[in-house]
Amino acid sequence: MSVIAVERIKLFSTRSPWWCMIIAAVLTVGFAALTTGFLNAEEEQQATIFITQPGAQLSQMVMMVMAALAVTTEYRFGTIRTSFQAVPQRASLLLGKTAVVAFLAAVVGLIAAFGGWGIGNLFAANADLAINTSAEWRLIAGQGLIFALSAVIAVAVGILIRQSAGAIAILILWPLLVENLFNLIPKVGDDLSKWSPFANGSSFLNQGQDFGLAGGDAAGSSFALGPWWALLYFAGWAAALMTLALFSASKRDA
Amino acid sequence: MIEAKGLTKRYGATVAVDNLSFEVKPGKVTGFLGPNGAGKSTTMRMILGLDTPTSGDVRIDGQHYRDLHQPLTKIGALLDAKWVHPNRSARAHLAWMAASNKLPKDRVDTVLDMVGLSSVANKRAGAYSLGMSQRLGIAGALLGDPEILLFDEPVNGLDPEGIVWIRTFMHRLADEGRTVLVSSHLLSEMALTAEELIVIGRGKLIAQSSTTEFVDRASGTTVKVRSPQLDQFQGLLQQHNLVTRVEEPDDQSKALFVEGNVTTDQIGELAAAQGIVLHELTLQRGSLEAAFMQMTGDSVEYHAHEIAEVTDVNVPALSGTEVAAGPKEDN
Repeated sequence: MSVIAVERIKLFSTRSPWWCMIIAAVLTVGFAALTTGFLNAEEEQQATIFITQPGAQLSQMVMMVMAALAVTTEYRFGTIRTSFQAVPQRASLLLGKTAVVAFLAAVVGLIAAFGGWGIGNLFAANADLAINTSAEWRLIAGQGLIFALSAVIAVAVGILIRQSAGAIAILILWPLLVENLFNLIPKVGDDLSKWSPFANGSSFLNQGQDFGLAGGDAAGSSFALGPWWALLYFAGWAAALMTLALFSASKRDA
Repeated sequence: MIEAKGLTKRYGATVAVDNLSFEVKPGKVTGFLGPNGAGKSTTMRMILGLDTPTSGDVRIDGQHYRDLHQPLTKIGALLDAKWVHPNRSARAHLAWMAASNKLPKDRVDTVLDMVGLSSVANKRAGAYSLGMSQRLGIAGALLGDPEILLFDEPVNGLDPEGIVWIRTFMHRLADEGRTVLVSSHLLSEMALTAEELIVIGRGKLIAQSSTTEFVDRASGTTVKVRSPQLDQFQGLLQQHNLVTRVEEPDDQSKALFVEGNVTTDQIGELAAAQGIVLHELTLQRGSLEAAFMQMTGDSVEYHAHEIAEVTDVNVPALSGTEVAAGPKEDN
């Protein structure tokens, strides 16, 4: 497993991944503090776990940026050639990078989710924020899986696009904007939106949640699949993009 | 041993490397010589499996680079000293390289010491001067203690001190019995460093020979003749199968150059036999650079066309060595 060691050394020997991870964790916790810190007594009664997680998507974006940069900076500085020279089995090297980045994203996702939940408990002590249904476990612990899979997608996009600005633009605009714009297309728009990868990712987290204060439609449109199938569908996208990326990187001149 | 057979690389309509075949012999420093844009770097990238050849192939001890496991222990390379993350320290850069080929950790300190970077090993590589980056690149190439080393234009942009250091280092590597392939567009540099030469121009092999042979040929003499009956004399010389060329910077100094290691005695006797008046008869020694220019002039990318004719005339002067210019050889 030397490729894991390689990518671990690479990632932790520059500062930006540390910053991305700290910012990602702080964002969720910070937003949870904002959403739970100013509730009046009546609102506090209605608050649910959902309200402690508003920053999670933003944190997820930051981790995707980190994941994409882990690849695109290698292309930017030419170290990808040194890497392929050291490990000519390109797919194996890039999978090592994906594993390291996805693992870190999962850890940060869990820290962010539980951190936000913890802050919520602290600030809204009278709200019922206990994690006791499977849906609630999915919302909190599931962030780890969603962070990891979106990091895999980000690494794949980074490998395919090879430059930072382009990859980051796609990774931010796609889930935040493009998938929502699908709704505006008549007839097919609803289906397109339901079958979009990131929509299924959040469908996994949000199905069956008690949105409480946030209101009934906080999670957006209806869902195409049950929560675990939605996760599997999201994972399918990640696997497909990664396969495409590895194939392309093995064929292309470095 | 590195062995290239019919190596070809096309980028769209541009042919960067054209049916190139050569061998890099073990235990020697081989200079890979050619003008800028001749395809040296592309060839080196194909050797390292970074670029895929359009056709043909190149093997290291019979294996494709992409099939090597722990390749740093077999072949080390420095293609571009700037292929380092600027915010990563030299030590961390070498540490991940070492990990990738399961090399012991103390190897990093050993090579840092060899290239004299130990005291700055923890500084970010982006702050290094070109000379220091070059040293780091060489440290990376030596990391796996490989028997084969590849360097692409290692003295480019270095100050004199850096150049001397690299030159000394190459000699040391050669003395240790390693195989070194070093590219350069500086012939004088290669004359000092390399035992063998592979000369390419516009992606094609021009010559592969020992440096001594190349230098002998390169420093071959020409005879300069000035005469009022220059045209008549040129015709006469051509009848004797001598290669000639005429240069006329201005009317007064129009001169005839006879190539191919002829002596002034021969030319003078020929002139006397036909009663031709000579105003000047001098022996001229060609420089390495001049010979290199003559040989590769035809092959310089984006070059003016007139020079091509001169070069064609000069080709017979190269006989006796493996000249592969002109029609392609089938392999």
